Amino acid sequence: MIGIACFFNLILKRDVKMLKTEFKNNTLTAYIDGEIDHDSACKIRQRIDSAARSLKPRLLCLNFEKVSFMDSSGVGLVMGRYRQMQLLGGSLRVTDVPDPIYKIFALSGLESLGVLR
Amino acid sequence: MKIVNQTRISFPSKSCNEAFARGAVSAFITGLDPTVGELSDLKTAVSEAVTNCIVHGYRRKSGTIYIYAAVREDNTVTVKIRDKGVGIEDIERAMQPLFTTSPEEERAGLGFAVMQSFCDKVRVKSAVGKGTTVTLVKKIGADG
Repeated sequence: MIGIACFFNLILKRDVKMLKTEFKNNTLTAYIDGEIDHDSACKIRQRIDSAARSLKPRLLCLNFEKVSFMDSSGVGLVMGRYRQMQLLGGSLRVTDVPDPIYKIFALSGLESLGVLR
Repeated sequence: MKIVNQTRISFPSKSCNEAFARGAVSAFITGLDPTVGELSDLKTAVSEAVTNCIVHGYRRKSGTIYIYAAVREDNTVTVKIRDKGVGIEDIERAMQPLFTTSPEEERAGLGFAVMQSFCDKVRVKSAVGKGTTVTLVKKIGADG
């Protein structure tokens, strides 16, 4: 299964308002777009988890480049996906975090998980 | 210090109003010419306080959230976020980083830590069964 996905370089795109996902070389990348708060985090979480459960990626990448606002709900979102990926036997990476948002991650101690790039 | 401008808003405790609340406070202080960082800090702190009202104060029941914001002569902004929800039994414990009563909802337990880090002063007044008022104070223009 994993081999097939790698070989065909399967790209899966779902155009939903806040989230675009891409599956390539066993990596599921979630491009989050917009504001992350308690309201939107629930929706983003559901979409990422359903994609991760069906695709079983070895690596989940959360791309924060287009995140314009985040409160501590975003920390919960990242910690929850970290646990989810551990359960699925994969790992997590968080990339392209804008400076104001990085401040919240730094405050949370999330840096020690080694997932921030 | 004399108050030069003030506003009051109230809205139902629906999570779709979190964005409205922080947007409204942000719009109210735009005239003070805040830096991007100051605006982002205050928006984040307001978002945390309003989320607390929804998730903890009213615990999925509906209620009204009241916000009062004031600007003083020295560009100090005070934002009071109030609910008439369940109240907090142990404020000190509630304010401890990583303490949360909602781990299943992936709450990180960082709401008050973020408010304290992003504002100059945070005050919490609460009575069990009556509700909670969080007061955020931040001076605009202190950055530069």
